[in-house]
Amino acid sequence: MNYFALVQQLASGMVVTVEIFVLTLIFSLPLGLVISFGRMAKNPVIHLITKFYISIMRGTPLMLQIIVVYFGPYLVFGIPLPQGYRFIAVILAFVLNYAAYFAEIYRSGIESIPKGQYEAAKVLGYSKAQTFIRIILPQVLKRVLPPITNETITLVKDTSLAFVITIAEMFTAAKQFAAAESTFVPLLVAGLFYYIFNLLVATGMETLEKKLNYYR
Amino acid sequence: MKLLEIKNIRKEFDGLSVLKDISLSVEEGEVLSIIGPSGSGKSTLLRCATLLEKMDGGELIYLGMPAATADINGNSVYTSKAELKQIHKHFGLVFQNFNLFPHFNVMKNIIDAPMMVDKVPKEEAEKIATKILRQLNLEDKKDAYPFQLSGGQQQRVSIARALALQPKILFFDEPTSALDPELTGEVLKVIKQLAKEHMTMIIVTHEMQFAREISDRIIFMDGGVICQQGTPEEIFMTPNDRVRDFIGKFGG
Repeated sequence: MNYFALVQQLASGMVVTVEIFVLTLIFSLPLGLVISFGRMAKNPVIHLITKFYISIMRGTPLMLQIIVVYFGPYLVFGIPLPQGYRFIAVILAFVLNYAAYFAEIYRSGIESIPKGQYEAAKVLGYSKAQTFIRIILPQVLKRVLPPITNETITLVKDTSLAFVITIAEMFTAAKQFAAAESTFVPLLVAGLFYYIFNLLVATGMETLEKKLNYYR
Repeated sequence: MKLLEIKNIRKEFDGLSVLKDISLSVEEGEVLSIIGPSGSGKSTLLRCATLLEKMDGGELIYLGMPAATADINGNSVYTSKAELKQIHKHFGLVFQNFNLFPHFNVMKNIIDAPMMVDKVPKEEAEKIATKILRQLNLEDKKDAYPFQLSGGQQQRVSIARALALQPKILFFDEPTSALDPELTGEVLKVIKQLAKEHMTMIIVTHEMQFAREISDRIIFMDGGVICQQGTPEEIFMTPNDRVRDFIGKFGG
């Protein structure tokens, strides 16, 4: 077995995996907050649209969503797929999907803050924006950290779904190598990689949780 | 001078009338206690006065500035947002459950609103806060977080937080109801101290003896109306059976 080629192929797949992971988090974490506002909006139209959106995103396979985002523009509008669209489609699908989950996590966090916090801020004269940014959001972030960690760990493993539109992420690379060389080793290496990646994520999040432990 | 005037307040919750045509006014330096059974509308009255709840009818006036006026049918019409913001500066409210901000330490809890709302520079805000903390004997707690404090200390910090904005009137909504008897005393002591300094205060309380000691005037509420009002002597020596019965139950 050509170990040098194995390492090289897996390493390039690894980079793609990390890219999907990082870009998804960067865009879906803030987008999730915006969607959670829509979900809690008093306006019935906005409320229903976001509710429907979340139910579709959570109720259908992410793999299918990736396919739809990638082929949709061509199948529906006949727009030819440009060169770099494959990767953009993966990021788009992941962001749209994860933002829906994050939105529900934020919502549960925001709704768990006692009403008294809003009332105290109101009586003290804080504007609505000041109340949210200074008083509510910091407490929400502390509360939602554990479920966010959960989703983040799932995301690391979900990145392998990008294979469905032949993005050469880690798992795809390992599978190809395993098939070509008739060996199980690359898959084990891939497994180890996901495990170590998640160990880092979990440790990082734990450190963050501890940092926020200065208050209760 | 009248700091607060409430005229013919009406408030309903889902068709249930909680406040029925209540009027009262508070003079500068006056301490007014509101007593009465649970569900009599005391807290709702306080919440309407502090703009946490919108009243359905009646007028609300602070220092001659109307927060809400009544239309021809007596329904409340609130003034503009900008004016309400000004009116907010006239009063402070101390909650039953303190409602301190858990992620801020004591000092930050007190200076954040002056800095954010009134744009007071940090140094000045800290100077005012330190002075108040010293008065309330909390100076050594300025770096503590709320969860590290006893209930009595938390309530004193929340009083300090309200005072830092230098309100003309301070409202208290059952300030000792969440405290065990041992901690009640330290909070009542602070309120007494404020009364001595002629802070204008409106206090909803179940502490009869305390109300008797510090109030200039006591209002007894029941069923959404003012049953009786007068000096502490008048209330405690009243021939009104309903009031006597209530005070008797609380060991007054």
